[in-house]
Amino acid sequence: MSTPNTSQPVIQLRELTKTYQTGEVKVKAVRGVTLNIERGEFVAIMGASGSGKSTLMNTLGCLDQPTGGDYLLDGVAVAGLNRKELAKLRNKKLGFVFQGFNLLSRTTALENVELPMFYTHPLVSLRERRERAVAALQRVNLGDRLAHHPSQLSGGQQQRIAIARALVNRPELVLADEPTGNLDTRTSIEIMGLFQELNNAGITLVMVTHELDIAAYCKRIVVMRDGLVISDTRYKNRRSAVAEIALLDQAEQKAQLA
Amino acid sequence: MNLLEYLRTFLLRAGQTTLISLRALRRNKMRSMLTALGIIIGVASVVAMVAVGNGAQANITSKVSALGQNLLTVFAGSRKAGGVNSGLGSASALTLADADAISREVTDVVAISPEASTTAQAIANGRNWSTTVAGESPDYLKIRDWKLAAGSMFADREVRGAAKVAVIGSKTANELFGPLNPVGQTVRVGNIPFVIIGLLESKGAGMGGQNQDDRIVIPYTTVMKRITGEKYLRSINVQVGSADRMDIAQQQITSLLRQRHRLTSDHDDDFNIFNQKEIADTVNSISKVITLLLGSIAGISLFVGGIGIMNIMLVSVTERTREIGIRIAVGAQPGDIKLQFLIEAITLSLLGGLIGVLCGVGASRLVGMVADFQAVVSTGSILLSFGVSFAIGVFFGYYPARKAAALDPIDALRYE
Repeated sequence: MSTPNTSQPVIQLRELTKTYQTGEVKVKAVRGVTLNIERGEFVAIMGASGSGKSTLMNTLGCLDQPTGGDYLLDGVAVAGLNRKELAKLRNKKLGFVFQGFNLLSRTTALENVELPMFYTHPLVSLRERRERAVAALQRVNLGDRLAHHPSQLSGGQQQRIAIARALVNRPELVLADEPTGNLDTRTSIEIMGLFQELNNAGITLVMVTHELDIAAYCKRIVVMRDGLVISDTRYKNRRSAVAEIALLDQAEQKAQLA
Repeated sequence: MNLLEYLRTFLLRAGQTTLISLRALRRNKMRSMLTALGIIIGVASVVAMVAVGNGAQANITSKVSALGQNLLTVFAGSRKAGGVNSGLGSASALTLADADAISREVTDVVAISPEASTTAQAIANGRNWSTTVAGESPDYLKIRDWKLAAGSMFADREVRGAAKVAVIGSKTANELFGPLNPVGQTVRVGNIPFVIIGLLESKGAGMGGQNQDDRIVIPYTTVMKRITGEKYLRSINVQVGSADRMDIAQQQITSLLRQRHRLTSDHDDDFNIFNQKEIADTVNSISKVITLLLGSIAGISLFVGGIGIMNIMLVSVTERTREIGIRIAVGAQPGDIKLQFLIEAITLSLLGGLIGVLCGVGASRLVGMVADFQAVVSTGSILLSFGVSFAIGVFFGYYPARKAAALDPIDALRYE
């Protein structure tokens, strides 16, 4: 395994374009994005639907190939790689968190988290798999739900399983696509708190969202419109999820007293 | 990475993947069973049909060889009178002199028995029984590969003297004497008393289904002189030294008899030669054709079973599109997905094969209990069935597996 070069950005995009051919019409979803994301950043990509943020996310996630421009993921040029090489890259360097959780139903939390290691080359031993999966679940505070099936757990818990799955192969980057889209306010803040905690521990996160409330927990907000980046701002004083939860608790206590 | 390490890794991965497949199949027990049913029926019928075919062939072969080893039987030809054909043995053509000539002039003859038989009422011990009275020579037992349970066979001396001695079949003995030992007793045939000097071993039903044990064997001279008064023989049994000399012996007998009966080239033979080897060959080739026919029916049902597997695998790939998307997203390579679905199809068909073999063996046992022969389950047909099941799994599983591996992860993850 190549040791990550800590000095270079995790993501380097130069004039990245993505064009879809739908029938006769060419749709230019991404029209030339240049962007660097450094190690340890927590970036929100915002934009209305059709702004190209999802397409950009799929390309960053190596689920799709760019039509033009360059994409270096941890120094590796992604353009021109075949499906097998992309799969290896995803497995080693990326972790995914989806809006709809995308867990395997009828499979325990532990097995869901073990899944990425199943496809790691060289083979990860059964024992190491188990140990790493348990550790990842403990990290998201689900150490006591190892044998539960997704259907037996709440939405927040399911998303935390998905986060444990994203972390288990020690990726360079975790990509989250509307991770709070299916969750209520409090649970959303809890998930953002978890992300902040992970980011404080040095994990690089990129998240797509259309909610400003949620993006406010990030260190940097990139706004897209019509396939282009229209603003890219870094925030020193991001919102703290821990503080927000405390405020919520206070509000609830007041409501009960009144 | 050396080859051994590569192989180890592959086997470990295949092992894990098999576990996933088994779990997926267990989740849909009913569907898996119904899918495998085609293979089960196909394999069961291959195993059972081959077993029954082999058993029937072995049974017929043993019956043909029970007639005797390397046997040629010369029958007197048919007699035609006013357009009425009286059938084999009816012509008065075969004589003792013919038999002598065959024994003298045809090479490779190791035993010969002129046969003059009739049906008569046998009376003994206060009971009577209608039975076949076979006039034979002392070579009869050797030719028919028959042994005595008690006593002895008559010799040439008794033949020359047309002696009133008899060797009795077990069925006839049982009818007349019950459990008593018949050797030394007297039996009256056509009012002539015969001394029983031997008891034949039981041989069971013959080729035509008639009971071979229901007979009394006496010297052929005795039949001709004392019972029927006939001058002609019904047939002559000739045993040839080896199987590959039978055709030559048959040709020699044919030309010898044609010459002795003064038949010119525009006359047909006035005799027929029954060649045991020919019969055996015919029976064998017929049963081979039948086995092949049954086998191809079984093959067709295996093929249909394979299509069933392909169908359900395609359904399964569609149903599990999202699962496939998740696996691809977290780093499953196209080969991993292909292997997973291929192994699932192979597991299905091998499982079907296993149950099919068990059913086939069971069905063969059942046939063995109903029919008068044992079905022979061959290891070959079991191995073949497993091999074919495996091949069906690979062949019919490949297309769905490839389809699964080719899914686009973005679309697959969005699939509802």
